[in-house]
Amino acid sequence: MAAGKYTVVTRTAASQAAALAALALLVIAVALPAFASRSLIQDMFFILTMLTLAQFWNLLAGYGGLVSVGQQAFVGLGAYMLFGGAILWGVNPVAGLLLSGVFALLLAIPMAFFAFRLQGAYFAIGTWVVAEVVRLSVAQWKAVGGGTGTSLPRDARDAMWGVEWIEMIFDTRASAARDILAYWLALALAVATIGGIYLFLRTKRGLALAALRDNVEAARSVGVDSARMKWLVFLVAAFGTGIAGGLIFMQNGRISPDSAFSIIDWTAFVIFIVVIGGIGTIEGPIVGVLVFFALQTLLADFGAWYLMVLGGVGIAVMLFSPGGLWGLVSGRTGIELFPIRRRLNRRD
Amino acid sequence: MIWIDTILQGILLGGLYALFALGLSLVFGIMRLVNLAHGDLIVFAAYLILVLVTLLGLGPFLAAAIAAPIMFALGFALQRLVLNRVLGTDILPPLLVTFGLSVLLQNALQEGFSADSRRIPAGWLETASVPLGPISLGVMPLMTFASAILVTLALQWLFYRTSLGRAFRATSDDPVTASLMGVKPASVFAKATGIAMIVVTIAALYLGTRANFDPTTGPARLIYAFEAVIIGGLGSLWGTLAGGIIIGVAQTVGAQINPEWQILAGHIAFLVVLLIRPRGLFPRAFD
Amino acid sequence: MALLETKGLTAFYGDFQALFGVDVSLSEGETVAVIGANGAGKTTLMRSISGVIAQAPGMVRFEGREIGATAADDIMAAGIAMVPEGRKLFPSLSVEENLLMGCHRRKVNGPWTLQSVYELFPILKERRDRPGTALSGGQQQMVSIGRALMSNPRVLLCDEISLGLAPVVIKDIYAAFPQIRATGASIVVVEQDIGQAMKVADRVYCMMEGRVTLSGAPADLSREEIHDAYFGTAA
Repeated sequence: MAAGKYTVVTRTAASQAAALAALALLVIAVALPAFASRSLIQDMFFILTMLTLAQFWNLLAGYGGLVSVGQQAFVGLGAYMLFGGAILWGVNPVAGLLLSGVFALLLAIPMAFFAFRLQGAYFAIGTWVVAEVVRLSVAQWKAVGGGTGTSLPRDARDAMWGVEWIEMIFDTRASAARDILAYWLALALAVATIGGIYLFLRTKRGLALAALRDNVEAARSVGVDSARMKWLVFLVAAFGTGIAGGLIFMQNGRISPDSAFSIIDWTAFVIFIVVIGGIGTIEGPIVGVLVFFALQTLLADFGAWYLMVLGGVGIAVMLFSPGGLWGLVSGRTGIELFPIRRRLNRRD
Repeated sequence: MIWIDTILQGILLGGLYALFALGLSLVFGIMRLVNLAHGDLIVFAAYLILVLVTLLGLGPFLAAAIAAPIMFALGFALQRLVLNRVLGTDILPPLLVTFGLSVLLQNALQEGFSADSRRIPAGWLETASVPLGPISLGVMPLMTFASAILVTLALQWLFYRTSLGRAFRATSDDPVTASLMGVKPASVFAKATGIAMIVVTIAALYLGTRANFDPTTGPARLIYAFEAVIIGGLGSLWGTLAGGIIIGVAQTVGAQINPEWQILAGHIAFLVVLLIRPRGLFPRAFD
Repeated sequence: MALLETKGLTAFYGDFQALFGVDVSLSEGETVAVIGANGAGKTTLMRSISGVIAQAPGMVRFEGREIGATAADDIMAAGIAMVPEGRKLFPSLSVEENLLMGCHRRKVNGPWTLQSVYELFPILKERRDRPGTALSGGQQQMVSIGRALMSNPRVLLCDEISLGLAPVVIKDIYAAFPQIRATGASIVVVEQDIGQAMKVADRVYCMMEGRVTLSGAPADLSREEIHDAYFGTAA
């Protein structure tokens, strides 16, 4: 066989079209504050931050096989470090996002050390227990309001980088300008997350990770170091989740241990988004977050029914279509927007 | 003296946690299934007992005796219709399905019973206590602890002295070979979950009579239960009882030092055990 | 009429076809050996008959009834007991508990009881309370055979019972076969050890690459014929 007869390709027609569409969407998204209402900006902020959380959870569970139900630990600690930084040390909240990420990363090290001792489902509980420990400990931190929580101080809010500039350009009030700033940051974070995960999955290590997900034994036999991959994935996800947490509460302006460490908001919803959309794909969380937002908007007035529907849909998807909605689409049409597989094409 | 009292109260509290955990331990031991809705099922059973008590005017113990077969049937059906379909080498489907079930149950209970906290009335038993020298122990906590020991003994007997228990262990070892012995794994699993739900009902009786509960009470009980199971060593029933006691004592000792530290102390005890004995105190020889 | 027979039996592992139209039969009281090299499809044949691999209906008949699509546990209850490849004792059960699993579902009065199994393999009685997997390979094989006998099966399927055992141990185990046959059981043994198979069997099937390549009574088959059927083209 002549080697020159084959080429290795990752691109697909759909992925090229998707790349162009994504670029166009990105341009529109950046310009959105110029013509969108404040409530749309807030909705978009919610969607983008949930999407970021979902992508990181998907990286953990869908690719790394690490089913964590303790991601609220990183959201909560990230958020609290942003508040703590602003209150105690006068750190600008925008810069505080870095604190969020770094402290989440620091928490992830001992957390992984404990949780990696547990296999499979017990890993999930281990992460949950650590998250509870962090929540209960933070509730003892009187400087940031203890169990009742606190607000972001006025001067910290006013000092946020870029707000004055946004006020000037869009000619809005400071509160709306802060929403726009948060939205742009969320957009940047979501794009960086999706782009970063996609690029990572296309690298040699990323492919090894996908191999690990498909078959641990086989991956090990070709030399994939599963322990190291797990550490890497866990730490990266913690860093990103921490930043997202900081951002969510920077926009919110108020924090309490119960809201910042809510397992429902930051883990349950995120899991449903990934599962309903399609676990183990980059497209899945994107589809999932849109469905989730639609369900939430439609069923917002029905209180507990909304969560019951969400739980029921999650169970149904797992039982009847484990690949999620994107799995259905992709299975029928073969479309991949973020192809990571390398295919051998014959050159003729 | 205060410390002896604290530790005794902790041991008795551990009995309650062991009751939360034994059903979980049973199911995990047989089918490696981790049921994230376990805590919510306990709360569900507590509401069931409450309904029987308030509607039919029954005593809590009689109500629990009626609730037990209902819970068995529910557990059997749940395993047969839903959980058996997601068992396998991939741990994600059962985790996510039971997680969905947990959210579903919590909100269904909230819809049906509102978010108000309730308590199963137990009459004079609620306040009765037995003096033991300078210490006095509540009758309810003592009954809880005795029930935990009885349930452990009963499960131990079931596992090691009956033909169903033999089938449980054989199926847990190797479902394919068990089916060559005429065992239907699907039905063995359903029976196991049914039995776990009877234990859940007993746990619910004491959860509901000793303290207030509401639809969101489940997840915290699930964590204590898991901690007890992992401390004890996966699949060991006596280990689970010991694990429950360790969590209980850690919590009462923590609370004695600072009331806000009760829950935190339990979790920290768990993490410490995990650090020293990653496989728990009484791990199985093989797995 | 044959007690057990397969007609055009095919079997797949995913996309991989392991059996291509296999016809074998077993009469009442008969002992049949299936021989063949590794990968010839012998174990797949056993797993298909015992229901571990689900079959399309119409390919396996037992006592005149169609059992191709029946679940493994129901086939067992109908009277086909299996000594699986690799012995497959339950590690958390003692020797005696392993034996009792044999009659967990099918409880039929007959020659085989705990007592008669202990008479057949006296060493097991001494080790009755030990965990099954703490025994030597040969003793584990005795437990596995005893376990299958406990249900007083009409058909006993023995899959590769000499695999991994020392020749002297294999001889010990096969020494029990006359007694098992004497109770009237019909037996299928799957063997790579041709010599041993020829000694116990009334008839032999030789398999290669998922097909039956030769069958007949041991006395009627020449060494060359068997060699060809076992290894393919004459060397």
